[in-house]
Amino acid sequence: MHDQSLTLRVGGDSAAGGIVTTGEVFARIAAYAGLEVYTTRTIPAEIKGGHVMFQARIAPTEVWSQGDELDMLVAFDQESIDRYYALIRPGGILVYNSNDGQPPAADYVTFALPLNDLAKTINFQRGRNIITIGALVKLFGLPPDVAITVIEKQLGRRKDLLEQNLLAFKTGYDYVEQHITPTALYRLTPRPGAEKEERLVLSGNQALAIGAIAAGCRFFAGYPITPASDIMEFLAAELPRVGGTMVQAEDEMAALAMALGASYGGVRAMTATSGPGLALMLELIGHAAMTELPVVVVDVQRAGPSTGMPTKVSQGDLRMSVFGTNDDAPHIVLAPVSVEDNFYLIIHAFNIAEKYQVPVIFLSDQDMSVRVQTVPAFDPTRIPLEPRLLWDPNSGDKFQRYKDTPTGISPMSLPGMPGGQYVAEGLEHNAEGEPNYDLYWRTTNMEKRARKVSQAVHEVERLTLYERFGNAEAAIGIIGWGSTIGPVREAVQLAEAEGIPVAVLYPKMLYPLSRALLEDFIAKRQAIIVPELNYVGQFARMIQAEFGREVIALRQFGGIPFKTRDVYEEIKRVHASLKPTQKTLARKQTSTQRRARR
Amino acid sequence: MVMTLDLPTFTYTSVNLTPNEYKSGVPPVWCPGCGDYGVLASFLKAIAELRIPREQLTIVSGIGCSSRFPAFVEAYGFHGTHGRALPIATGIKMARPDLIVVTVGGDGDAFSIGMGHLPHAIRRNIDITYIVMDNEIYGLTKGQPSPTSPIGLEKKASPYGTAERPINPLQLVLAAGATWVGRGFSSKPKELTDLIKAAIQHKGFSFLQVISPCVTFYDTYEHFKSITKPLPPEHDPRDRLSALRYAMDEQNVYLGLFYEETGAETFDARYAAMRARVAKPDYGVRDIINKYMR
Repeated sequence: MHDQSLTLRVGGDSAAGGIVTTGEVFARIAAYAGLEVYTTRTIPAEIKGGHVMFQARIAPTEVWSQGDELDMLVAFDQESIDRYYALIRPGGILVYNSNDGQPPAADYVTFALPLNDLAKTINFQRGRNIITIGALVKLFGLPPDVAITVIEKQLGRRKDLLEQNLLAFKTGYDYVEQHITPTALYRLTPRPGAEKEERLVLSGNQALAIGAIAAGCRFFAGYPITPASDIMEFLAAELPRVGGTMVQAEDEMAALAMALGASYGGVRAMTATSGPGLALMLELIGHAAMTELPVVVVDVQRAGPSTGMPTKVSQGDLRMSVFGTNDDAPHIVLAPVSVEDNFYLIIHAFNIAEKYQVPVIFLSDQDMSVRVQTVPAFDPTRIPLEPRLLWDPNSGDKFQRYKDTPTGISPMSLPGMPGGQYVAEGLEHNAEGEPNYDLYWRTTNMEKRARKVSQAVHEVERLTLYERFGNAEAAIGIIGWGSTIGPVREAVQLAEAEGIPVAVLYPKMLYPLSRALLEDFIAKRQAIIVPELNYVGQFARMIQAEFGREVIALRQFGGIPFKTRDVYEEIKRVHASLKPTQKTLARKQTSTQRRARR
Repeated sequence: MVMTLDLPTFTYTSVNLTPNEYKSGVPPVWCPGCGDYGVLASFLKAIAELRIPREQLTIVSGIGCSSRFPAFVEAYGFHGTHGRALPIATGIKMARPDLIVVTVGGDGDAFSIGMGHLPHAIRRNIDITYIVMDNEIYGLTKGQPSPTSPIGLEKKASPYGTAERPINPLQLVLAAGATWVGRGFSSKPKELTDLIKAAIQHKGFSFLQVISPCVTFYDTYEHFKSITKPLPPEHDPRDRLSALRYAMDEQNVYLGLFYEETGAETFDARYAAMRARVAKPDYGVRDIINKYMR
């Protein structure tokens, strides 16, 4: 797809500074110029120093994955050349620091930038990143005035440095103008008027944190953990400004315990962690299910087990999220599919938690949490907020916190309401919340708690908590979850262009699964591929167990996202393996479609 | 319009109730003779004398015999998970500073599984009260040694005697910087009532250890009756070092107010002040979104 988009990677040593800045600032310049950007980055395992990589895919229209191969590599040092030159597509471009690296001969165009020398001429050693940006802006014919605006906005906090940075920008820009004759280079041309469309440039974690505030979350407690910490940092800055509270807890158990305390007090509350932290929270998630307290627990999944690879992506916490509590503790598991979805789905998460008085586990992942990209501006009013059902002290009824109802949802009192006194009770209890192990209360309350969650499944249809696309009649189906949707979308387009129709379904409520949504989809397919970023195929196994249907688990457990090619090749493989009659069916449908299009 | 979920405003007027009127009607599950009955009785008397409205009081506990406490009081309650009473109480108080939050529990909950939270509640100086009913044994699980059990205690899980030294709770919380520290005894109800009242009235984190013997698994009534004595009048509760000296005395177990620091700012108050400082009028989610607009 390199004719429509540019995939650019910047590599270097983070000790030298500004590798990620180079990529981020350049991506923002492209975004401000009216292009769509989709970025991805690695974080070094080292605390200071270590190799880092930033990748940006830039196009006039929306892009859905980070790009399988590089159209262009910007290498700050020899290590970056060595690591990545083989990923450059034939005929691609290598921009390298000629003071620190010599590229091997291969099928690409090279541009030498003597970055260290250029930095010396302006007496600004740390200006190499902005010099590079100047060079890239010139190479791609992006408007320099937009670039200067972005540099001022991003780096303008220190006025003395800003002047130096602007000089660095001009140095890189001028160097290309004077020394490089751009031939057959990319011209990134935005769609006409695109720069006037409202676009946000932000990460999944930022989208999630803003969504939480839009959802009325006014209490957050968390404990630092990669890659979830920036949710806490964001809310530390923003929550007090909107009247809320952020507490950095002493551990993850304390974090969720505080959130539950706040929720008990009537305030919408959340915590955010990653896999190891969720493992510590599971007991309290069971407690929230038992006491029927609304709470949202975000797990930004990273590669495990144990400490694993904190800076690498995984979808390995699904089974822990679904099955992790002791005994049957009815709760909900939701998973967003994109940066944008982090904003909207977290609002649904709060609504579902509050409405059904249940804990909701929200499974994001490292890939979409740190990725900065352009998204359509959020509409904070699109999803109406649904408050929890409160007891009316003037109703005249004697308050029963765990009163059995047809929906299982009981009105809740808040501390401070006279007559509403009750104990949020983690022991099995009666309608009043008094400890009680009688068979009657045990069965009544187990069923009551389960009933709430079986009601909540209907929200899947009501709120469209899924993505469905592709050819609805296709023999091949893909059922996935989370951030793998991007490469799947692109792979399905490639497959369709080759006459292989594919139907795709991405449920966003992973527990419980909606039978109404999945059964019909499954019944129509000859083969179902379940792509996911874990070793055993956790979702695939859940679907097999729930629907008694063999599926093909397409797994990536290397700590990296799927490439579009991975999915595309699996589709082709599965297509080739279908029995001729099934294939004919598929072909027929495609040709019918083609005719219809004509 | 973005819908807000503002809490109702709660106002409280002091009440005039008898201790009995603070009973929930749920009969305590404790063994006859358990020290916790004494603590409950003194507690009910204390809140009656403080004229606390029942709906303003929130009692938080973890797991253990003494953690069953909230169910027996006509107040709001939170019976949490083992060891997490303090962070639950912290969340309640930070979200709802209008409430009077009392945390209760035993020595296993406080000093073993929940020990990680105690220094943090202290350093935050959050305005809650923590009453630890210390019987030096795990009663609910039927008699294993606890972090306050003496060396050599022979129990089913320590058949040859415990080999670990006990924690000295008062020494610990005094060293950690607690702003109110006291010790009572379930067999001294009048003094205990006064201590509970003072602990609740303290602005900041108040830590009250109550010796509350377990008649079933580790009956220490006679032992403590013989070695407890009131703190001498020359002890100045504003003197942390003096408090530490009395807390560390190995011959006597002193009862009373060990330490009190008035005027120390609380976490909830400090956070509220910060919130008032950074709050912007009419600032909302749209302003936050606009920061990310290209």
